[in-house]
Amino acid sequence: MSLAPIKKVTGRAVPVEGDDIDTDRIIPARYMRCVTFDGLGEHLFRDVRFTPEGKSKHHPIDQPKHKGATVLVSGMNFGCGSSREHAPQAIVRAGFKAVIAGNFAEIFFGNSTTLGLPCVAAQPSDLQALSKLVSERPETEVEIDLEKLRVKAGSLTFPVAMKPIAQQGLLAGRYDAIADLLANLPKVNALASRIPGPTVP
Amino acid sequence: MGKTLFQKVWDRHAVGQLPDGSTQLFIGTHLIHEVTSPQAFGMLRDLGLKVAFPQRTFATVDHIVPTDQRVEPFQDTLADAMIKELRKNCADFGITFFDIPSGKQGIVHIVGPEQGITQPGTTIACGDSHTSTHGAFGAVAFGIGTSQVRDVLATQTMALSPLKVRKIEVRGKLGPGVYAKDIILHVIRTLGVNGGTGFAYEYAGPTIAGLALEERMTICNMSIEGGARAGYVNPDEKTFAYLRGRPYCPKGKDWDAAILEWKKVASDPDAQYDDVKVFDAAEIRPTVTWGINPGQAIFIDEAIPEPEKLPVADRASAKEALEHMKFKAGQRLAGQPIQVAFFGSCTNARVSDFVEASKFLKGRRVAPGVRAIAVPGSQGVTKVCQEMGIDRIFKDAGFDWREAGCSMCLGMNPDQLVGDEICASSSNRNFKGRQGSPTGRTILMSPVMVAAAAVSGKVSDARQVFA
Repeated sequence: MSLAPIKKVTGRAVPVEGDDIDTDRIIPARYMRCVTFDGLGEHLFRDVRFTPEGKSKHHPIDQPKHKGATVLVSGMNFGCGSSREHAPQAIVRAGFKAVIAGNFAEIFFGNSTTLGLPCVAAQPSDLQALSKLVSERPETEVEIDLEKLRVKAGSLTFPVAMKPIAQQGLLAGRYDAIADLLANLPKVNALASRIPGPTVP
Repeated sequence: MGKTLFQKVWDRHAVGQLPDGSTQLFIGTHLIHEVTSPQAFGMLRDLGLKVAFPQRTFATVDHIVPTDQRVEPFQDTLADAMIKELRKNCADFGITFFDIPSGKQGIVHIVGPEQGITQPGTTIACGDSHTSTHGAFGAVAFGIGTSQVRDVLATQTMALSPLKVRKIEVRGKLGPGVYAKDIILHVIRTLGVNGGTGFAYEYAGPTIAGLALEERMTICNMSIEGGARAGYVNPDEKTFAYLRGRPYCPKGKDWDAAILEWKKVASDPDAQYDDVKVFDAAEIRPTVTWGINPGQAIFIDEAIPEPEKLPVADRASAKEALEHMKFKAGQRLAGQPIQVAFFGSCTNARVSDFVEASKFLKGRRVAPGVRAIAVPGSQGVTKVCQEMGIDRIFKDAGFDWREAGCSMCLGMNPDQLVGDEICASSSNRNFKGRQGSPTGRTILMSPVMVAAAAVSGKVSDARQVFA
């Protein structure tokens, strides 16, 4: 599967403040009663955005000034909890192209990378400055340069971090491993014959 | 220089290096369920791919099944579509499905060990973060996303980078009324909810060696709550005794040969670890969470900390937690009224959990106004509990005795909190909204502490309630 390299993400940003934004917060389990990922975007952050009765809580995502934002800005340990790919799928399907946070839970990070959703880690002080900037001046274009690992937004510029393997995968358009895995099937078959599986009773 | 179990298993299962620098890792056993697999089968069909090794994938249905009545079609049409989809996918691709009529259905992490599918020295993957549970048998087990479920179905491999290994050494004697759940909650509280990032946790030391397999499962289960990608215990005689005679384990001469192999896979005495942390079991007391992540925990006789006295990085989360839980810093949780008691989940719904709690529940009653539900982790657990008369003890105490499933651990089925109810729960996550109500409040604790909360109607020290 050939994928387009992802070298740069540019767009307006929306701050979703707080640490430990877990996968249940990103997409509550009751919205995972589905057999495809279609439609998950509308339930992104459901319980933070709406009351149980479905009334808007005017979450930043739903504020007109952030309409059309494609970069999510959050805090530490973003995506902790479940391995559900529904979480990054909901983010992607809601129109987001990248996440900037303090750091990321590992499974979430891997799932996101596979979908071509770059997750870059920034220092807390830089995150605060970015959140403040895009809240006050929501029209600001935020640029994430994945080659240089730098974020630029207005007069603000700061370094971000990303695991080299994920970075290389995104830059080379190899972030979804399936083609590379399939290419080695003969080697896999050879190895499989040496590794016993559960015995059929 | 010696190797850890993790390194040995990794080396044995590595197919090779991929162009991006990651390792293509062979997955010995793959487990699937109805929530995270249907989209993977969809991707497989879109790409025109087959399941490469259907005999290495096993399915069950757990997250969405109703636990009160099992008549199909389920009232929830979405849930009904999910079980039907799994049935079709398993039939189409030749995958063994422990379906409801099989008598072997249950939470995937309870069914695997019960059937002897979970074996030492293997790699296991499942689209569920609590796959780390299987590490209790000396397997290296990963929770994965749906695209990786697709990868494993199509190739029996996935791309992964090696983990560092942190030895969590637990020494000393556990006090009465202190359980495996308290050990792991204490470890997470001490090392932090993201303290394990980049690591596999090897649980070791005399205290862990002294635990039964089902207790080790409780500990490995919550590795992910500490940020670790996997957690394991070296296999020993207890491991082999637990597995002997289980349906999917080797038999006869093959069994003897398997044991020899499994013994070799344990970490060498001179293995090098990336980090070692030592805990004294004697210092651990019954533990309860007060917040919205599993690291926000205290001993039952402690007070909820002042956010301002916590490390700077933990303060905002602590304030948010107090606001959600409607608790105050300095407050003790003992005496806090509860509305719901949930006894279940892949963390604590095995036979030994029910047996231990039943000793205390016998002859006691759930407090008026408390909704108490007991959900066995599998149909196999249900059967043994019935044979032992354990179900009767729970029912006589006033627990609603249910059919097997994930149930109120995550509220994907009808078992959910209502409004801001407080639930004493034997499960693994106290995230906001986790148990089905956005304003619901979860207090994590050991199963015996759940029993104590149920009969007293409030969070209580089980050592006093059952004295």
